[in-house]
Amino acid sequence: MAMSAIARNKVRSLLTSLGIIIGVGSVIAMIHLGQAASQSVTDSITSLGSNLLMVRPERSKRGLDGRRKWPEDLDMDDVQAIRSGIKGITVAGTNAVSTNIGYGTASRAGEVTGSNEDFLSVGGWKLATGRNFSSAEVNRGALVCILGQTVVKDLYVDREPLGSTMRMGRTSCQVIGVLESKGESFGRDQDDTVIMPFKAVQRRFIGRDSVSIIMITVDDEAKTDSVKRSLKLLLRTRRGLADREEDDFVINDMKEVANALKQVTFALTALLGAIAAISLLVGGIGIMNIMLVSVTERTREIGVRLAIGATAKDVQWQFLIEASMLSALGGVIGITLGVGGTRLATHFLELPFVLSPEAIFASFGFSALIGVVFGFVPARKAAQLNPIEALRHE
Amino acid sequence: MSTDHTKAPRKVQASPIIRMEGIHKVYGEGNTRVHALRGVDIVVNQGEFVAVMGPSGSGKSTCMNIVGCLDVPSKGSYQFSGVEVGELSHEELAMLRRHYLGFVFQSFNLIARTDALGNVELPLIYKGVSARDRKRLALQSLKDVGLLERADHTPAQLSGGQQQRVAIARALVTSPRLLLADEPTGNLDTTTSEEIMRLMRELNQERNLTIMMVTHEPETASHADRVLIFVDGELVQDGPPSEVLATDGGYR
Repeated sequence: MAMSAIARNKVRSLLTSLGIIIGVGSVIAMIHLGQAASQSVTDSITSLGSNLLMVRPERSKRGLDGRRKWPEDLDMDDVQAIRSGIKGITVAGTNAVSTNIGYGTASRAGEVTGSNEDFLSVGGWKLATGRNFSSAEVNRGALVCILGQTVVKDLYVDREPLGSTMRMGRTSCQVIGVLESKGESFGRDQDDTVIMPFKAVQRRFIGRDSVSIIMITVDDEAKTDSVKRSLKLLLRTRRGLADREEDDFVINDMKEVANALKQVTFALTALLGAIAAISLLVGGIGIMNIMLVSVTERTREIGVRLAIGATAKDVQWQFLIEASMLSALGGVIGITLGVGGTRLATHFLELPFVLSPEAIFASFGFSALIGVVFGFVPARKAAQLNPIEALRHE
Repeated sequence: MSTDHTKAPRKVQASPIIRMEGIHKVYGEGNTRVHALRGVDIVVNQGEFVAVMGPSGSGKSTCMNIVGCLDVPSKGSYQFSGVEVGELSHEELAMLRRHYLGFVFQSFNLIARTDALGNVELPLIYKGVSARDRKRLALQSLKDVGLLERADHTPAQLSGGQQQRVAIARALVTSPRLLLADEPTGNLDTTTSEEIMRLMRELNQERNLTIMMVTHEPETASHADRVLIFVDGELVQDGPPSEVLATDGGYR
């Protein structure tokens, strides 16, 4: 019966529900976009490697005398010391250089990272084809390299990279492996990379024994904190820092970074969702408004219903159900539009799409609840009509 | 909708169907106080066709509202089929209306944009009749008023006379004991009015249906067995149309 009343006034019903449609749609869209963003952050960080600690020197620091001093670079001895001093970890010191890379007639600028045979496991890389560096190659700084997918795509097109000799600045090296793709992380293409033994990069390009970043994975995740403490102590000692002096190096824990970023996106999602929820409230008021008008407009109908035997309760239920159905209908349309819109948006923004059943159920329930809450006043008004006056109403 | 076949009144006797004794009805307070009925006594038996006449403000509508269990008297006793109406709650009054009373109005009062079948089914919904029985009963009722082929027409697609027939079908679908008609021909032309009156007369005679009808037109009232005339809240005349209409056709 309520359904037929809604169907009788299709355009009006749609316009009435519009507030709810927009409200639910935007809540759904905000929550899904927020989750997509948070998922993207998580993906980016896990693709860098899990349980990952990254150590690098602080860029500049004031000493005890208040004068600015430049912290010393980290070097291979530090890497050795960490490796032998702390148990249960895998260590890869890295350096990097930008240079021209090319094969055949193709050539472009690229970044070359020098490291050891543990770099792949520490960085969370897998080999697509070929092999990792041998320790002999690492120790002598052999001119061999492993390529990322983007480099292969750009320079080799359809040719086979394995075993080929690639140009790299004024030197050249043999390709022994190709990495699996990791995709983008924070807008940077991780696959645009070339990896060589540390010593090769050091001798051919940098000329110094410095390490820009030491990457460390902790075998047992639960021990991350104790590893961080030992690491800090070890580095302070090696760098000869006095007790009152601050660290002149930074240890980044990717888990912490991930959690911080997640908290930020969560707060943003909650904020946007709350703003969108206000439009739901407005939508509810819209429904109440139309239902009140409808009660007045249909006063005679109510009178007839009462005369032919409806009780006040019957009438109240009818209007309550009508209001709930209007808003639930708006909820369904809003959910559809919200999910569809987010689907589209994530496609163009190249974000991962995660469907959230909780958000969908919650907003559907909430929209139906709004119908009940805002339908209550009009329904009671209808139920309290005096049948005689209602019948006489013009 | 609630089903309440179980709650039907305890003692519904054969006759009289209406027994009013010393009915008073007062509206409002202080200066706006209106004494609409001043001591009315009426007895209507099963199968009677009664016309109620009187100028506006004479109390005839108030009397009909009380008879129709839409309102309760301020003073006096009204028994519907032996049940004292004054003691009933709103729910019980609604229950009496949906089981024993049928209403027909001057302006038809069909639900807009709902087809004839839907309109006729409406009282059965409140009575808690199953969807299949509703349809069967409603179609039968439409057939009785000669509108079976118009079952899928909405009120806007029906003439005034046809709308009033649908309204009569709606009033009759629950097989009421008493049909109350408030100027049923007030909005209709003479020919259509005649048709509607013939239909009501038939229903009265074939089904022994008790009818109480308010009207302004002596021609309409002449179809009844009995005419009541109200003036200033009192019942001033009560008799067969031949007597009442001859002596006081012009109460206006």
